Amino acid sequence: MSALEIKNLHAGIENQEILKGLNLTVPKGEVHAIMGPNGSGKSTLAKVIAGHDDYEVSSGEVLMDGENILDLEVDERSRRGIFLAFQYPSEIPGVSNANFIRAALQARLPKGEDIDAVAFYKQLYAKMDILEMDRKFTARAVNEGFSGGEKKRNEILQMMMLDPVYAVLDETDSGLDIDALRIVARGVNAMRSPERGFLLITHYQRLLDYIVPDVVHVMSDGQIVRSGDKSLALELEDKGYDWIKDLEPATA
Amino acid sequence: MSAAETDTVLSIDRDKGDFHYDVDYKHDAGRGLTEETLDFISNVKEEDQWIRDFRKRALKVFNEKPMPTHWASKDLEAIKFDEIRYYLSGGTKPARSWDDVTEEEKRTFERLGIPEQERKFLAGVEAQFDSEAAYSNVQAAVSDQGVIFMNSSEGLAEHPEIFRKWFGKVIPTGDNKFSALNSAVFSGGSFIYVPPGVKVAHPLQAYFRINAEQFGQFERTLIIVDEGAELTYMEGCTAPKFETATLHSAVVELVAMKDAKIQYITVQNWSSNVFNLVTKRGLAHENAEIRWIDCNIGSRLTMKYPGVIMKGRKARGEVISIALANDGQHQDTGAKMIHAADETTSNVVSKSISVGKGRSTYRGQVHIPKHLKGCKNNTECDALLINSNSRTDTYPAITVRGNQHATQHEASVSQVSEEQIFYMKQRGLSEAAAMSLSVNGFINDLVREFPMEYSVELKRLIDLEMEDSVG
Repeated sequence: MSALEIKNLHAGIENQEILKGLNLTVPKGEVHAIMGPNGSGKSTLAKVIAGHDDYEVSSGEVLMDGENILDLEVDERSRRGIFLAFQYPSEIPGVSNANFIRAALQARLPKGEDIDAVAFYKQLYAKMDILEMDRKFTARAVNEGFSGGEKKRNEILQMMMLDPVYAVLDETDSGLDIDALRIVARGVNAMRSPERGFLLITHYQRLLDYIVPDVVHVMSDGQIVRSGDKSLALELEDKGYDWIKDLEPATA
Repeated sequence: MSAAETDTVLSIDRDKGDFHYDVDYKHDAGRGLTEETLDFISNVKEEDQWIRDFRKRALKVFNEKPMPTHWASKDLEAIKFDEIRYYLSGGTKPARSWDDVTEEEKRTFERLGIPEQERKFLAGVEAQFDSEAAYSNVQAAVSDQGVIFMNSSEGLAEHPEIFRKWFGKVIPTGDNKFSALNSAVFSGGSFIYVPPGVKVAHPLQAYFRINAEQFGQFERTLIIVDEGAELTYMEGCTAPKFETATLHSAVVELVAMKDAKIQYITVQNWSSNVFNLVTKRGLAHENAEIRWIDCNIGSRLTMKYPGVIMKGRKARGEVISIALANDGQHQDTGAKMIHAADETTSNVVSKSISVGKGRSTYRGQVHIPKHLKGCKNNTECDALLINSNSRTDTYPAITVRGNQHATQHEASVSQVSEEQIFYMKQRGLSEAAAMSLSVNGFINDLVREFPMEYSVELKRLIDLEMEDSVG
């Protein structure tokens, strides 16, 4: 199946279970949003999909187009097309943004093949223009001294350059003012395609005014408790997160 | 054991490969260190009486001086002076065939882009590297300008009037135990004299001189750059050099006359069984500038603190150093800045990387006496740790007397965090590539100081080190 499928996923950190039998399917071509209160396990889900070492998966599967990726290394998953836009992107002192992105693209090429530098910069500048990023960002060290908004835009830039099959955006809207949010959304919307699936993790429905999702899921205590269309996000906004506590887990 | 005309070299143990190689040498002073050893060396070199006396005095000083283990690593006690061969030369017989060279070594050469011919020399397949043509070209090019560039033994024989005036003056025999050892048994190294006003356009490289005398265990280099002249000198190469001798103790003396500039670049990548105990110092006269650019990647233990004595008004001294200590290595490096005139300026920038159980130590000494005016020093030392087992120590000693000086000192320790590695891996980089990128980023601003081809090799070398440390 052409989808990112998460089946009965149990995972946690240091013997504490955070994801408690989570089920979710994001087909190619769709944008899904996950909303939920703090501590419901949203960011854990993002990190488990990407393969962070700190989290142990006790049972369940994460399938990418039918193939279980849980045994793959983080970088292998990335090269197969999983992208995570970080909530808190790391700084890499001394490494320029352009060199970092170039190294990431280079890692996708067979041994002995080199990136075409001219084509690379042409593409990089085009994407930066969409994100209204100044050219000087190519020479600046990755995320070093970037404002919150600049970091998030830089995440989207990397996503656009790496052209993933499934992109998970972890609270990309947090800390963004309305202009930055609009720009980030423009980048994501430009990437929507029948060949790509998105999973947006967010606390607020505000982001979904700009990136309109096909499906909205509500997460609580490590499970998806409700799924619906865009109106579910508005309902959540209206009622707050308290009412979902009484909901039973949804079935996949 | 007495000196013999021919003998075989000690088998060596490397952590990987475990190979032995035997070379027949024409001249071999045998094991251990006595006055006979010195006579043997002097006889082969047909040296004058004054230098024979110089060697013998140095041997006495060496024997009298205790090991500096009260402040330095106890690992020094592992050096067995009685088992070392202090002089070997003229080896011709290839001892190892190319088929014996391990795949790992071959891969290293491949990755570093070492030319075919040099690979064989570096791997110990050929006892000598035939660089005569390249060396002669360089020599011819600079000799038109009156520059003297030769082996230090030749310098001693052919230009005693310049050699003797400065030899042992910047670094006296008794400076430390290992400078005394070098003074007793030195052979190899370069002698360079640049006449007044001559700016040598291209860097001179010791690498061109390999076959004149092999990379010496006890190299002695003396460089004099006369008034208003300029020189860049490069020593070593990024390729790993498979070594039979486990003790290397060089002495390098630089003299920059009024308004002269010397830049001395070193890339050290000895194999991991080598003790590399080096004394390097420059004497800067009025308005002269001496820069040491020093990069230490190999060896078991390196102790090296390049220094500049700023003797004339407005003299400048600089040390820029990079040290990478991988598992089982200790890079004990630093800088020594002695201000001895008004308005002298020194700058020290040191970056060290410790990986696995590797250990880096920075030792700095800056001395500005009370009677001087308008001296400046800037010292920055940054350490990068990769994984929790690594260790870094910083011992900056900045002595500033008087209140008409400006000094500035900054130190930092940072770590390549798990989160940083995760971030880079999530973008598709392997763990080794991620670490390598972090390390290259850390030293990025210093690598710019290296000539282009060195900085490219340096980057590849760090890639390799990181690959090996990830396994």
